[in-house]
Amino acid sequence: MVTVGGEVNTGMLSARIRKERRNAGASSFLLDVSIEVSSGITILFGPSGAGKSTLLDCVAGLVRPDAGRIEARGDVLFDSSSAINLPAQRRRIAYVFQSLALFPHLTAEENVAYGLSCLQEEERRERVGAILQAFRVETLRKQKPGDISGGEKQRIALARSLVTEPRVLLLDEPLTGLDAELKASIVDDLRAWNAAKRIPILYVTHLRDEVDALGERVIAMENGRVVSAGAPMEVLDAPRRKKLALAAGFENLLSGAVLDLREADGVMRVRLGESACEIEVPLGYAAAGDRVRVAVRAGDILLATERPHGLSARNVIDGQIVSMERRGTMVIARVDCGVMFTVHVTPGAVRTLELTVGRRVWLVLKTHSCHLVE
Amino acid sequence: MEALWLSLKLAGCVAGILLLIGMPVAYWLAYSNWRGKFLLESVVALPLVLPPTVLGFYALVALGPRGALGKLWMALFGHGLAFTFVGLILASVLYSLPFAVQPLISSFEGVDRKLLDASAVLGAGSLRTFWRVILPLSLPGVVTAAVLSFAHTLGEFGVVLMVGGNLAGVTRTVSIDIYDHVQSLEYGEANRMALALLAISFAVLSVVYAVNRRVWSPWAAK
Repeated sequence: MVTVGGEVNTGMLSARIRKERRNAGASSFLLDVSIEVSSGITILFGPSGAGKSTLLDCVAGLVRPDAGRIEARGDVLFDSSSAINLPAQRRRIAYVFQSLALFPHLTAEENVAYGLSCLQEEERRERVGAILQAFRVETLRKQKPGDISGGEKQRIALARSLVTEPRVLLLDEPLTGLDAELKASIVDDLRAWNAAKRIPILYVTHLRDEVDALGERVIAMENGRVVSAGAPMEVLDAPRRKKLALAAGFENLLSGAVLDLREADGVMRVRLGESACEIEVPLGYAAAGDRVRVAVRAGDILLATERPHGLSARNVIDGQIVSMERRGTMVIARVDCGVMFTVHVTPGAVRTLELTVGRRVWLVLKTHSCHLVE
Repeated sequence: MEALWLSLKLAGCVAGILLLIGMPVAYWLAYSNWRGKFLLESVVALPLVLPPTVLGFYALVALGPRGALGKLWMALFGHGLAFTFVGLILASVLYSLPFAVQPLISSFEGVDRKLLDASAVLGAGSLRTFWRVILPLSLPGVVTAAVLSFAHTLGEFGVVLMVGGNLAGVTRTVSIDIYDHVQSLEYGEANRMALALLAISFAVLSVVYAVNRRVWSPWAAK
């Protein structure tokens, strides 16, 4: 058969959703988003309470939006203006919950076969066998979820969702609690499976490291709204929102006042807090005297025990270490420079530089490590 | 012994019917979002607080030759319902309703909602979800419902007396038989029947508690 004119939106999920949720008490939450997801993995990133799971529930048909339109690969699943609302069981949207929700009374094989009731016995067995193999859990076919370890349960939940050949896959923090290596191997298998199918996969997480490991594209949400979308570097390394900055691992969020703009150099000078501490940051939409917030990663700050010379970095601030705390293979130092900075250093650096509480140090910040936040 | 056999037959029929009626009622009460559902919940629980004579009285009126049910039955089968075995079953079903419905509701409500969502997104309608997920996971509740309504019917007295009277082989159940023996001072006979009832009731309740404690579980503990 010959297709003329090419495919139209076949690999896409597009959703425009408005949903108000009244919580106990007077507070209410408004989800108001419009997203487009093409085939491959798209990360839905944001702090908890941003509305990510509600968005997935609406797409899957478990929650009915107040208004909007949801379309998957050319089919309308929901449209408030023409009163279309396909029930969840007819949407063919796979959804893996954070709790996985494997049926505890069924074996792995029966769990995976659950969505294939319309098929002939023989074809069902074939497809279940193939997908268990693709996700490398074929040896567990006769076991029940209670006897299966974490990691393998995730694989079975993925297999159960994907064996039905869904139009879209929704993943709500499905790999939470697994170590990085296990996560990576599961994601590799998922990518391998999707290399042939090319369906849109929407992956919800609030963890920065998952974004780095998975992300082809990121949609960042906060407070029921999409705040930015694009490649992970663009979205997360220049956060324009405070909550997103915290979630994305910007440990230092400092407020200050703009002293002057140097348009020719593309920078401006900012005085931090009430201190005498001044830093140079990239030029933003601000005028002299405006209040701004600056976000800096603790890992982007250099620490020196003498005033450094001959550096390209424009910001050298002196201060005093007020506390040091070891966490895993990292030491978190708090440095008082008039404003408080959090700096990450390695235990080796602590030893060679003989860093101790009370020691005078110099912090070095590159101009472009300082990000303006709304 | 005829009385004991009659009681067992009555209790068995009632337990079976109550499971069939109780499941849809309990399903609706467990999952409906209707705000007025507390009304139905109250109706279902009424037999717990009403004296059996009140329930028996209304059942007798409804089943009698002037009652709607009695008239209908008369038109269909040519005889009334009061003082018959079928009449006894109908009244007992009402009387034991909460003992079947309440364990079913609590076990249906105990099923993780995420499993129901998972079933829906995998393409299952609500009937299939009920058979494949809710019912298997509610088995202890189903056993409890069946056993409790069986045991409760076995032990009933007031309703049977009001609706069934005391016809040997038709409506004379164990509890009424014991009452008769005591009235006529046949304590030995009364004791024999009472002991049998005691033993059966104990055995039946042990089953309920064993199932709920997962001593005999239909599947391995999680």
